[in-house]
Parts: sequence; structure tokens; C-alpha cells
Amino acid sequence: MAHRPSDLFSQQEQNRRKSSWLLLGFVFFFAWVGFGGDIALYLLRDAEAIGYQHRVPFLGIIATILAAGMAWAAWRWGDRQVLWSTRAMELINPVTAGQQRLVNVAEEMAIASGMPKAKLWIVPDADLNAFATGRDPATASIAVTEGLLEALDRDELQAVVAHEYAHVARYDTRLMTLVAAMVGAVALVSDGMGRFLWHGGRVGGAAGRAVGKRGGRGAAGIVVLMLWLLTLVVAPLVSRLVAMAISRSREYLADATAAQFTRNPAALISALEKLDDARHPTLAVGRGAAHLCIVDPGDRRFQRWKGFAGDLLASHPPIEARILRLQAMGG
Amino acid sequence: MGSWIFLAVLAIAVIWLVSTYNRLIALKGQVANAWKQIDVQLKRRHDLIPNLVDTVKGALQFERDTLEAVIQARTRAVNAEGVKDVAQAENMLTQALGRLFALTEAYPELKAVGNVSQLQEELSSTENRIAFSRQHYNDVATNYNVAQEQFPTNLVAGLAKATPAELWEIEDPGERGVPKVDLSIR
Repeated sequence: MAHRPSDLFSQQEQNRRKSSWLLLGFVFFFAWVGFGGDIALYLLRDAEAIGYQHRVPFLGIIATILAAGMAWAAWRWGDRQVLWSTRAMELINPVTAGQQRLVNVAEEMAIASGMPKAKLWIVPDADLNAFATGRDPATASIAVTEGLLEALDRDELQAVVAHEYAHVARYDTRLMTLVAAMVGAVALVSDGMGRFLWHGGRVGGAAGRAVGKRGGRGAAGIVVLMLWLLTLVVAPLVSRLVAMAISRSREYLADATAAQFTRNPAALISALEKLDDARHPTLAVGRGAAHLCIVDPGDRRFQRWKGFAGDLLASHPPIEARILRLQAMGG
Repeated sequence: MGSWIFLAVLAIAVIWLVSTYNRLIALKGQVANAWKQIDVQLKRRHDLIPNLVDTVKGALQFERDTLEAVIQARTRAVNAEGVKDVAQAENMLTQALGRLFALTEAYPELKAVGNVSQLQEELSSTENRIAFSRQHYNDVATNYNVAQEQFPTNLVAGLAKATPAELWEIEDPGERGVPKVDLSIR
């Protein structure tokens, strides 16, 4: 049942590569939003009428620098950002028996997986959920909700912690943390830019005049402008869908790796059942970090919608499907 | 032209040789490290036992035999030398501890003492750590063994002085069911 090392290694490689592409794509998106805005301004502003010619693409330069800064911040502090957004508190000195048990279980899983011990955090929320973040095993953090600590027995807690260690070992956490940091930024910028242009440029009227004055060049401007507007409208949705798709396939794999760490798929099954039964949404976790969690923090009734739309919008595969796969491993 | 092709093939062969050799050495290091981890966890258990015995001996005055057995098993385990001897002594210690745990179940007043349930959590965690460190050792040792026997890596195995690592076997088949000492008091 042991993983072939090449499997894990190729998974890590894949996640590393995807993370780099994500960072690059993020910066390119911002560059396009910025320089595209410059082109639109250049083509559409009526220079003679207002005495201003838009020559220096300062929007593009600022947006690109800003994006590079944000990408670097997401790389460096993405995990802190996620933890901060859930109001998690770091568990340093365990006080209660439940906290001590979490510390012990985490240490056991570090041994089983042969990784350094992750930092532990507790999310003040009564619902049952857990997530992991950090860019590599050395900087990994694992957070669980207070409700989870209370409701699960030792073996189930171990299974959940093992699932999170699995995400860390596979470098899922790197990719998913970057995605979390960027989904928010993309939504913000696309809203802001759209509004800026809408009010500032009066796009529609100006575009009409541009076509009239500049002929062929104006038509090209319209195409650029339409493409640019389309990006702004679609980007938040696409980035959200990417986040969901990225996390769905990873949950099965992390379940399997967790079962390999604990050699106890049955405990993960009963933990997932308990998590599924706790129907309350995890209020402390916003939509932006949903794909990091072990089960969807939103209202889980939503997940039970079958069919394409339900699947597309769900950040997690249905729990029943995960349980079936675990049972096939002998749980 | 021919000599260029020859040089290219030679370069590829050298690169392959070096990377394969390094991979075997890295795996060997992992195995050695995993083996050390077992030792660390065994020592942790040895250190915890005197505490446990101190805490429970007041309430367990009539169970001197069991306590004595734990202390003796610990002493033997601490002084054991060599893989086989260590394995045997540690198995005995696990069994002695198991009996002690079973006894504490029979004394409800013990559970009321906060210290005891804390210690029990520590000890069941230690048992788990020992089990998991063995499991991890077996995992990396298996990887190492498979790697050095697979073709063409096996051609380099001699150069890297790779020999199959011994797996940690569970000697007593009855132990398979026991190792989980779960006295979680909730």
C-alpha cells in the first residue's frame, strides 16, 4: 500500500510548476488590465477636445508593479493572510485536554509522514472543519475549528490531521494558498477597474466618437476594448472556478494519502460522516478560503445538488463519493 | 560526427550515473534517519514510565506485581543492545504497559486524578509514535529496497554500497491487535 516515491515526487513537481504558472498568470492578468486600460484611454480620449493625450501607459506600469508586489506578498504571507481571515489563534501552550490531544496527534502524524511538525491553529467556530496552508512543509500550518476538537474522538482527529498533512506533503497547500490570495485580488481589481473606466471614461460614447474620427484604428480600438471588458467581467468567475476545480481532485488524493499515513481509513470515514452531519456553515471561513478546507465550509445542502452546475460550483467532491473510495481501500 | 554522438551518449550516461547514485544515497539517508526516529520515540517512552509509576502507585498498592513488571521491563529495554534484543525487550514493555492500563480501568478513582488521564494520553501518544515511526521506517526502507533492486538502478547499487534494509517485523502475531492503547477519557 506504500506510495511509490515517484508518485509523490511527481505530484509535488506538478504543484510547484502550477504555482509558478499561477504567479506568472496573475502578473500577466494585471499587466493586461493595466496596459489594456491605457490603450483604451489612448484610443478613446478625444485629445483635441480636452487637451490631453494619453501617452505614458502609467496604468499598465502601476498595475504590473502592484501585481508583482501582491504576488510576492502572497508567496511570502499568503498563509498568514488566510489564517488571519479566519481569526485563527496559534496553539502554542496547550491548556485543555483536547488541545493537548491535538498537539500529540499532530506530532504522531509528523512522524508517520516523515515531515517536520506543522504549526497548529485553532479557529473559534463551533462548526466542524479543518484546513492547511503554507508554501512548503517547513512553513506549514494546520488549523482546526473548536467544534472539531470537541466532536471527534482521537482516531478521527488523527485522520483529519493526517488528511491535512497529506495536503502539505503533496504541496497542495502552496498552490491552494496562492489561489486563495489571488482570487480575492482579482475580484477586487476587476471591480475597481470596471468602475473607474465606466465613470471616468464614459466608454460607450467615447467609443462611438473614436470610430467616427479615427476610422480603422478606432475599430481596432473597439476590439481591444471589448476583449478588455470581457476579461474584467469574466476574470472573477474564472478565478473562482479555477479555485474550485483545483481543490476537487486533490481531496480524493489527500484522503488516500491520509489513509496511508494512519493505516486506518475507517477513522477518516467516520470523521467525514461527522463533518457531513454537522450541517451548519463554518462562518469563520469566507468563500475565498473555502477550497482549502477538508469539507466545504458553505451550507452543505448546496453540495447535495446533483448535476453539472452543482459539481462545477462545489469546491469539494460529494462526501459520499469520498467515503466510497475510502471503503474500497478497506475502511 | 561520430565522435560527437559518442560524447553525447557518454555525457548522458554520466549524468544518469550521478543522479541515480545520489538518489540511492538520499534514500539510504532517509532510512538511517527513520531508524533513529524509532530510537527517539522509544527513549521518550522510557522517560515517561517512571512518572506514570509514581502517579499510580498510591492507588495501586495491591497491584505491586504489575508495577514491578513494568519497571523491570523498562530496565531491560533501556539496557538492551542489538536489534533483536531491543525488539524483544520493547515488546515485553508494551505488554507490561498494556496490563497496567487494563488495571487502571478497574480503579475508577484513578481516572478522577487529572494527572493520570494526562499521563495516559501521553503514553498512548507515545505508543502511537513508536508504531508510526516503525511504519515510516518500513515505508522508506521498502522504497530503498525496491529502488536498489530495480533495473537499471541495480547496476549502480554496488557502487553506492546499497544493501537491502531490514524491515521491522512484528514478531508476536498476537500483538497486531493490541498496539492501540486507547484509553481516551472523555
